[in-house]
Amino acid sequence: MTGLASYACFFLTVALTYGLAALGLNLQWGSAGLFNVGVAGFAAVGAYAAAWITAAPAASHWGGFALPIPLGWIAAMLAAGAVAAVVGAVTLRLRADYLAITTFGAAVSLQLLALNATTLTGGPFGIAFIPKPFESLAATPLAFGAANLALAAAVTGVAFRALERLTRSPWGRVLRALREDEAAASSLGKAPARFRLQAFVIGAALMGLSGAMQAQFFGFIAPDNYVPVLTFQVWVMLVVGGSGNNRGALLGAVVVWGLWSFSGTALTALLPSDWQARGAALRVVAIGAALAAVLLARPRGLIGERATVSRHVEGEE
Amino acid sequence: MMGQILVDGVTSGAMIGLGAIGLTLTYGLLRFANFAHGEFVTWGAYLALVVAGAFGGAAPIDPLTFGWPLLAALAAGMALTAGLALGLDAVLFRRLRRHGNAIVLVIASFGASLALRSALEFAFGPEPYYYSHDIAMTLRLAPGMRATADQLVVLGVALALMAAMHILMTRTPLGRAMRAVSENPDLARLAGIDTSRVLRATWLIGGALAAAAGVFLGVTVQLRPSMGFELLLPLFAAAILGGIGSVPGAMVGGLVIGIAESAAVPLAGAQYRAAVAFVVMLVMLLVRPRGLFGGRA
Repeated sequence: MTGLASYACFFLTVALTYGLAALGLNLQWGSAGLFNVGVAGFAAVGAYAAAWITAAPAASHWGGFALPIPLGWIAAMLAAGAVAAVVGAVTLRLRADYLAITTFGAAVSLQLLALNATTLTGGPFGIAFIPKPFESLAATPLAFGAANLALAAAVTGVAFRALERLTRSPWGRVLRALREDEAAASSLGKAPARFRLQAFVIGAALMGLSGAMQAQFFGFIAPDNYVPVLTFQVWVMLVVGGSGNNRGALLGAVVVWGLWSFSGTALTALLPSDWQARGAALRVVAIGAALAAVLLARPRGLIGERATVSRHVEGEE
Repeated sequence: MMGQILVDGVTSGAMIGLGAIGLTLTYGLLRFANFAHGEFVTWGAYLALVVAGAFGGAAPIDPLTFGWPLLAALAAGMALTAGLALGLDAVLFRRLRRHGNAIVLVIASFGASLALRSALEFAFGPEPYYYSHDIAMTLRLAPGMRATADQLVVLGVALALMAAMHILMTRTPLGRAMRAVSENPDLARLAGIDTSRVLRATWLIGGALAAAAGVFLGVTVQLRPSMGFELLLPLFAAAILGGIGSVPGAMVGGLVIGIAESAAVPLAGAQYRAAVAFVVMLVMLLVRPRGLFGGRA
């Protein structure tokens, strides 16, 4: 029973870290209409930054400053935001789908770097022994799991509240105005490039934080974690939950991560061992088909975007 | 050294160019970046493998490593992949186009790309396949320039396909209609052009050329489920370099990317090959986002 409960804690903890990435993507895509195909790249930047800052010194990779975990998470957000600022500065002034291609290219190149810049990243073997939060509780799995879940929930909760305020603020309204009709919004004196770049950088920082938290909860990272399937998972979470809606992003993260984990367990149980690798491929086919089906049948997701008005107006009812 | 870089770069550049033609055409006509285009390359190569297997072994044509069955398989692979492209459009993209938002199409194509690739991985497994296990002997073209007979034939066929494509676009009514739809779909429709027929032709041509690139890649390198996906970034780079919608641009862009990649190998190492296309593309977006041959920025 405790086994099940601590598994549930771990499951929810991981789902919430995905939720953070989905929240970041929702700010970029849901509010600003920016199409980012490089979620995995930003998560990788965050994960490696956090690992360098918090892990103990090791010969196999750079960094190892053994600093406190919160510092690692802040560094992760700054690093991912900085990469996003560079990518965004080049592409945000061009047509919308160039951003898709560029972020895709950035993610592929970053993954290559993680794989091949061995002295920095540890190469294909990645970085192990990344300290976990509340390691002193590790002897009692349930307390350890609950403490980690509480931490993940607190961070996600803060991000959620902040994003809810942001999207209702004048800043959020400008973003949506630019998404709906750029010409009209810029004729009112709003600079499209600046607002978009801000949204892009904040969203990428959340993806970096998500990568950092996963690195810390698993205690191990490797380049194989940051392949396009990760980007795709986060997209499916947002689209299934309902883009434009922060609650939808979180709900989608829990639902899709649940289906993904469950189907993984089911395939391991059902398939003979020499078919396991192929079974993993089948899972991606299924989730790809599911995304296409949701886009066709229910383009607004489980909970779609709601009309968002200023909180001052809402308060006056 | 320089000569060898050129030979290798032009061969892989011709394949990138072939793949990029379809990408730039669908991009120009339908106005969305199709992330599933790389999978047409992979599917073409694997479909040809299946067809070639059905023909059974025939003696290779000396000094090549393959015989006539592979040429028949190339034709069959191109036809089948053209059908696949058309089918994907009918099942997915055409329906989503009705909803309007072009970016939703990009998400869908990203999903379709992963699903198509994983389906192949499920069917064939992750290990590489070869059309032939014969060893390709290299021929000495000039001092310091070597190429296999396979490479030369592949290059010849690729260039012939490109020339045919150029004639199609510039000299035939279909080519003129395609350019008209790419320029202005509404005006083209008003001028009496059947746009849905033009779109079907575009998918067929794009799928067939991508399949040819896949077979050529399989002949000169190997077949892997990720081969087309790894080609996707060079394909986009070539299309952007040449200017979106421009067929000659895609061919020239492909050659530039191929040569740049092969020139970068001695400098940065083969493992960073894929990042070269990205860097060339970034520079192009900064300096001349419209591409070499005009197009729309």
